[in-house]
Order: sequence, then C-alpha cells, then structure tokens
Amino acid sequence: MASETRLPLDNSLAPEGERRRDFLYVATGAFAAAGAAAVVVPLVNQMNPSADVLALASIDLDLTAIQPGQAVVVSWRGKPVFARQLTPAEIADANKVDVSTLRDPQTLADRTKPGNEKWLITLGVCTHLGCVPLGAREGEKRGDFGGYFCPCHGSQYDTAGRIRGGPAPTNLEVPSYAFKSPTSVTIG
Amino acid sequence: MIRLGALGLGLLFVITVLWGAIQPRDVVPEDPVEKLHLHPKEIAWTHNGPGNLGVLGTFDRKQLQRGFQVYKEICSACHSINRIAFRDLAALGFSEPEVKAIAAQYEVASIDDKTGEPATRTATPADKFPLNYPNEIAARAAQNGAYPPDLSLMTKAREDGVNYVHSLLTGYADAPANWTVPDGLYYNPYFKSLNIAMPPPLAADDQITYADGTKATREQMSKDVTAFLTWTAEPKLEARKETGVAAIIFLLILTGLGYLSYRKVWADIKGKARSNVVDNV
Amino acid sequence: MSFPWAKQYQPTTELGKFMDSRLPLPRFVHGALGAGYPTPKNLNYFYNFGVLAGVALVIQIITGVVLGMHYAANVAVAFDSVEHIMRDVNSGWMMRYMHAVGASFFFGVVYVHIFRGLYYGSYKPPREVLWMLGLVIFLLMMATAFMGYVLVWGQMSFWGATVITGLFSAIPLVGNVIQTWLLGGFAPDNATLNRFFSLHYLLPFVIFGVIILHVWSLHIPGSNNPTGVDVKGPQDTVPFHPYYTAKDFFGLGVYLTLFAAVVFFAPNALGEADNYIPANSLSTPAHIVPEWYFWPFYAILRAFTTDFLFIPAKLWGVIAMFASILLLFFLPWLDTSPVRSNSYRPLNRILFWVFVAVCLVLGVCGGKPAAEPWVRLSQVLTAYYFAHFLIITPLVSRFEKTLPLPSSISDAVLAKYGKTPTGGSGGLGGAAAQPAE
Repeated sequence: MASETRLPLDNSLAPEGERRRDFLYVATGAFAAAGAAAVVVPLVNQMNPSADVLALASIDLDLTAIQPGQAVVVSWRGKPVFARQLTPAEIADANKVDVSTLRDPQTLADRTKPGNEKWLITLGVCTHLGCVPLGAREGEKRGDFGGYFCPCHGSQYDTAGRIRGGPAPTNLEVPSYAFKSPTSVTIG
Repeated sequence: MIRLGALGLGLLFVITVLWGAIQPRDVVPEDPVEKLHLHPKEIAWTHNGPGNLGVLGTFDRKQLQRGFQVYKEICSACHSINRIAFRDLAALGFSEPEVKAIAAQYEVASIDDKTGEPATRTATPADKFPLNYPNEIAARAAQNGAYPPDLSLMTKAREDGVNYVHSLLTGYADAPANWTVPDGLYYNPYFKSLNIAMPPPLAADDQITYADGTKATREQMSKDVTAFLTWTAEPKLEARKETGVAAIIFLLILTGLGYLSYRKVWADIKGKARSNVVDNV
Repeated sequence: MSFPWAKQYQPTTELGKFMDSRLPLPRFVHGALGAGYPTPKNLNYFYNFGVLAGVALVIQIITGVVLGMHYAANVAVAFDSVEHIMRDVNSGWMMRYMHAVGASFFFGVVYVHIFRGLYYGSYKPPREVLWMLGLVIFLLMMATAFMGYVLVWGQMSFWGATVITGLFSAIPLVGNVIQTWLLGGFAPDNATLNRFFSLHYLLPFVIFGVIILHVWSLHIPGSNNPTGVDVKGPQDTVPFHPYYTAKDFFGLGVYLTLFAAVVFFAPNALGEADNYIPANSLSTPAHIVPEWYFWPFYAILRAFTTDFLFIPAKLWGVIAMFASILLLFFLPWLDTSPVRSNSYRPLNRILFWVFVAVCLVLGVCGGKPAAEPWVRLSQVLTAYYFAHFLIITPLVSRFEKTLPLPSSISDAVLAKYGKTPTGGSGGLGGAAAQPAE
C-alpha cells in the first residue's frame, strides 16, 4: 500500500519512476504477447494431419500379381499411386530418348531403384493441375508416348512417366519407397 | 399498472407452487438397492499424483503394460476397446515391432481386392482394436441377453469411474440374506442394480502370469487393468497435466505483472485521493 | 461521447489521419474502450465481469470454430468424431476441454455480472434498455449452450434434447406439433443434430451482435458505479484506458488462471459421466440433469407438481420456468426506488442476499433427483423467487427508508480514504481528485 509520505518521494524521482514504469509496462506487454503466441501454435497446428491420418502415411504393396506391361492403382495418402511393370520394349523405349531434350531431364534409372528398373512407381497425379492421368488401367488411352495421358489438359507422359507434351511442367512424381523383398515395396 | 399486474401474477405463482408444496406426499418405501449399494473405494493412483489430488501425476508404463496383458488375456473375451488403435500402444512403451506384432494377432474387416466381398485381413498399427460383436443385438444374442460394453471410455463413463472399475472388479461378494440374486447373475454391491451379468472376471490369484514377473494377485490385476483403462479413456492425460503446469506458472507471472501495472497506473489517482484527505483534514 | 470532457481522438500518424477521414474505426475504439470513454473512478472488481464475459465469448468462438473443423454432425459418427478430436487431432483434447469448461465459466461470469447489476441497481433508468439487451444475450446463451451440449451425442445429450424439446409439448393443442417440428422427427435424430449444429454455430455471432448493442447502450449514459450516484463532472471519472484496461487485464489474468486450473486438472468435474456413453434411444440414464448453470431453472420447472386452475402441472412448470427469466425484463419498472445502489438501501440489501441464497439453494435442488426433501424445498424457494420480484421488490422500493447518498462519486471516494464522511463538501472533493491526464 502506498502511504501519503511516498507521494512526494515519487514526485522528486519522477524521471527514475518514469523509466521503471515504462519497463514494467513493456515487460507486461511482452509477456502477454508471448502468451498469445504460445496459444496460436496449437490453434494453427490443429489443422495439420491428425494422428490417424499420419498412421496411414505408409502402405505395403504386393507386386506379385502385376504382369509385365500391366499397372495397378493403389491409394496412398488419399492419392493414387501407379505401380507398373515395364516390358523390355518399354524400357528400351525409355532409354533411347536423349535426356537433354526433355523438359524435366531424368533417365529411367533416376526414376527407379537399382536392379529393379522394370518397376516404375509414380504418383498418379498430373504435375499440371492434379488430375489423374489415364493409362494405368487396361484399355485406357496411354497417349502419344505410350505412358500416361492426362485428359484434363492433354499432358503426355512416356513409358518412364516423364513429361513429353502438353502443359505439365515436370515428370510424374516418384514417391519415396523401398523394396522389402523382390516382390513387395513399402511406399512412404 | 405494471406493479399491480405483477402483484397478481406473483400471488398466482406463489399460491400455485405452495399448493403443490402442502399436498401430502406418498410414503416412498425405502429402496433396498439404495441401502445395499456401495460407493467406489477411494484408491491412490500414480496418475493422480501427490496426495491423489489429480493435479500432477503420470502413468506407470510397466503397470499399463501389465494392465494391457490383463485386458488381453481376460477382459477381451467379451469386451472390446474399439476407440484404441494399435499404434496408440506405443504410448505404453511398446516398440514399433512390438506394436506390429500385437496388431498382427488381430483380424479386421476389409474388402476382398478381387471379388469386392466382405473379407478380413491382418490388422496393421493404423487399425483400431476390432469390435467383439458387430452390434448390440449380436452381443446380447451371444451373451445370454447381457451386453458387454466397449471399455475404451469406461473410466470416464461412470461416476468416479477409475475407482468404480477397481471396486467393481474386486467387489464380488455373497448376497446378504434379504437379497435374492436372479439365476445367471452375480451379486456386486458396486454395480448400480447390485445384480451384474458379468461373472467374476478376476476369480483367483495367479490367473495370469505377468511377463515382468509381478505377482498376479486379484488386487494387482484389478489395479493394473484399471490403470490401463484410465489410459484408454484419457490417453492425453500426461500431456494435459504437463501443459497445465506450464500454463498456470505462466499465467501467475502474467497476472502478477498485470497487478503491478494496475497499481502503477492507478498510483496517481489513489495517491492523490489519500494525500488530499490528509492535506485537508 | 455523452460526456463533454471526454478526451477527443487525435490521430497522430499520417495513416491515422488518412483512416480517420475515411473509416474512423480507431476513433470508434478510442471512444468505446479507449481513453475517450470517461468511466466512474470508483468501480470495484465486480465491474470486471462485463469484459470477462466478452473474453469468455471470444474463447468459445475461437475454440468452437476449431472444433467445427473436426466435428461431424451426423448421428452415426458425431460421438466418434468427438473422440477423434480427443485422441488424434493435434491439441484437440485441449480445444474440446476449453470449449466445454469455457461454457461453464462463461455462465459463471455472466451470473456474477447479472447479480452485480442487481445489487448496484444498474437496471434502473436510464439503463433499462442496456439491462434488457443483457437479458437477451442471456437467453441466447442458454439456447446456444443447450444445443452445444446435444452435439456430443452422448446419453445426456440425447435425453437432454428429448426433455427440453418436451417442454414445448406442454403447450395446449399444438404442443406435440411444435415438439415434432423442433426435432424434425418424433425423437431426436439426425435432423435434430444437424439443425442444432447449424444454430449452435450461428447463435454466438448473434450474441456478438447483441453485445455490440449492449455496449452501445452502455455508452449513452455511461457506466453505473457502486454508489449509484450519477457522474457530476470530470473529477468523478477517469479515462477507460489506461485505468480500466489495466484493471481488466489484471482481472483477466486471475480469470484465465482459474480457467486453466479446471481445463487442465479437472476438465470433467463440471460434466456428467453419462455423456461419455454414446446416445441410446432405448435406454434412459437413471438420473437426468442439465448442466449446473441450468439447475435453478430446472428446479423451478419441477416445483409445480399439482394441476391448478385447470392448468396441468406440466404446463405450470414450463410457464413458470420461462416466466422466471422473462419477469427480469420488467424489473426496471417493478423496482421504483430512486436509489440505485443497495449500499444505501439497508432493507433491500438484506433481501438481495436472501435472494442470492435462494438462487443458490434452488440450484442445489435442481441438481438433485426429484425426491423429498428436495421437491418441497424447491417449491418453497420457487415461491420466494417469484415473490421477491413480483411482490416484495415493488413494496420495498415504495416504503423503504434509504440512507443519505453521497453528493458525488468523488465525495464517496474521499469518504472511503478519509474514513469520515465529508458530507456536503462537494467542492472539496471536486478540487481534490482531478483525473491525471
């Protein structure tokens, strides 16, 4: 409690008092701001994927049933993944292209795992605006380069899933995956 | 006019409600259940922290694992924990391969890739513990009319739930002479109707063998599985209390600074009021 | 605003000047909650609760919007989605507990705010509209809280929805039709849940709008104060900022500390265990109670147990429950005493505390099962509740002998510090305490 006698004292030390007062207000304000920032973190973080969504972030895929020239479509993180076993002809096709002429220069070897070049695993998401290209399922149009064809805006992908024509800027994305055995991979 | 109307209305309400108050009451016979029913025993739990106050406290990981073993070997015969995913078990201290191995012991519903028919597959950590019965009707049909509820939320779904579960599990007793238990039911004074359809699940000591060598007395098994079910109902309990301690400390400092600022802001007003009184008296 | 000595807003920066002549929002805030609002200098801590209620609403809206991003209003998955929030959503448990506990705290704060208004006569002229807008906010809060509780779709949610919509079935002739219309079916079901979610999301923003009107009508006469004496001049007031912003900031700190203690250490203490059981339309919990903040009204509802004057008991209960709140709208005309503050009304002050006790015990009765002695007790207390407002208050305000009022707020403040009333020395008080600016 302030006493009557303190008041003149306070007045005589006005500049000193001013400075201390300012410091107190600044400290209080800074503390409040830090608290507000700490509250914002969970408010923002709650919009990130929840634990059950993250738990589905990796899937196991069995390749035994996929014949040469065939592909399967599986769902990974809510997006389609194309897993294709390339025929020797398709591999040869992909390897004879001069990489330097490509929009997104990559060799087939860059896009597959060593020793497993016949397994082309890519996201089934066109790099233009996110449509699902045709060509993974039996009888679908595979475009001028024998790979995939996006019906939305006409992007053409070759047998290595590389962009060859149309508006898409980059090759079909290769997800991170690893071979657990010669016939099974873990995606993600 | 308003006051006159209010007076009339007030008298009307007062007379009506008091008319009800002076009506004779039927004598309510004493409810025998009420007389025999017991409230749960108060037990000290590690998750309630010092003094069992509930402010601090963490789970005992070893106890949770033992509790999970009790659940798996005894309770899971009839009760599911369908809100728990296998991946959640990592919080009990199980490693990733252990979680995978536990999940692999369960089959979950799925759809056949080729035929599209309902099928089952081996569970993965992302799956939840499967239901024992597809619905309540199937459960009652299989359980002689009784319905074993899912246990995921049990310790929160009963009054004083943690103590209740432990008291119920260890509370089976012989019915008093003035109480008859219908056929197929069991007397348990902690159960709301006293007659419970669940046979005593923890019938004897050493009913199971704990992996960590702890002696499996009935009391021990009951406490362990209750701790486990506390975790299934409130898996974020530890994070909640940790956050709470930090938040309270922060807020106390902020409030203290706020108080000092408040005093400073008002110093001139209050000081002047006081000093003027002194000056002028 | 309405005080000629109110500090005028002076934009200092170029941007401030630019905005002031186009959208004078800073000027508006300055006048509403800033240095431009002269506030009686003798407000006590009970006057913090208006700002606290505003903060409580903001907390509810922010956490509610977050929960709405994860909640699914469908009877098949509503309960599961709440558990999904509790278990899997990042910090979801915190958001949900803050929202659930926050509702209780919001009501607690608003009850203190209402009783403060009752004690200091803040409903009296010229603040009748301010009072009535506050009651509108209170009614909207009750509707919002009830519908929010249903969204969890636990046992208490379901049976609460059944019982509360059942109130409307007491209306003669059309009651059942109205209940069916409210539910969108013959029992609470998906249609009910969906409309409750929609309205639960809408109403807080309506409340926000009414709060703006509430604060607007507060600023016309200015704040009441513990003496109930009108502001006479600049010596009676201080600018809202920094004086009351600082005081409210401190009060907010205390409030948030208590709030955090419950959210983090006892989040389910104010809830019902039965609501952790998913809704089951075939089995009613043994003991249905609403949340604690409805208990006094629930007790009044159940207090009418006999048919009377050809009106069935059920309808009496419903009428009385609604009347118990609606009669507050007429309070400014029922209490005709020219003295606002109960500090100078010795008899009414005693009656005020009796009334507080009656409300608290009514609350206890409402939380108990409908059995003796609670029913009879709630009947006597319900009778007193109505008698207090409709009979006693008008009579007391007419015949009570009040204490002499201080000649001004400054006088009252000086008397407090000098420990001796200074009587008619208004000039001295005026000279003594100029607000420092």
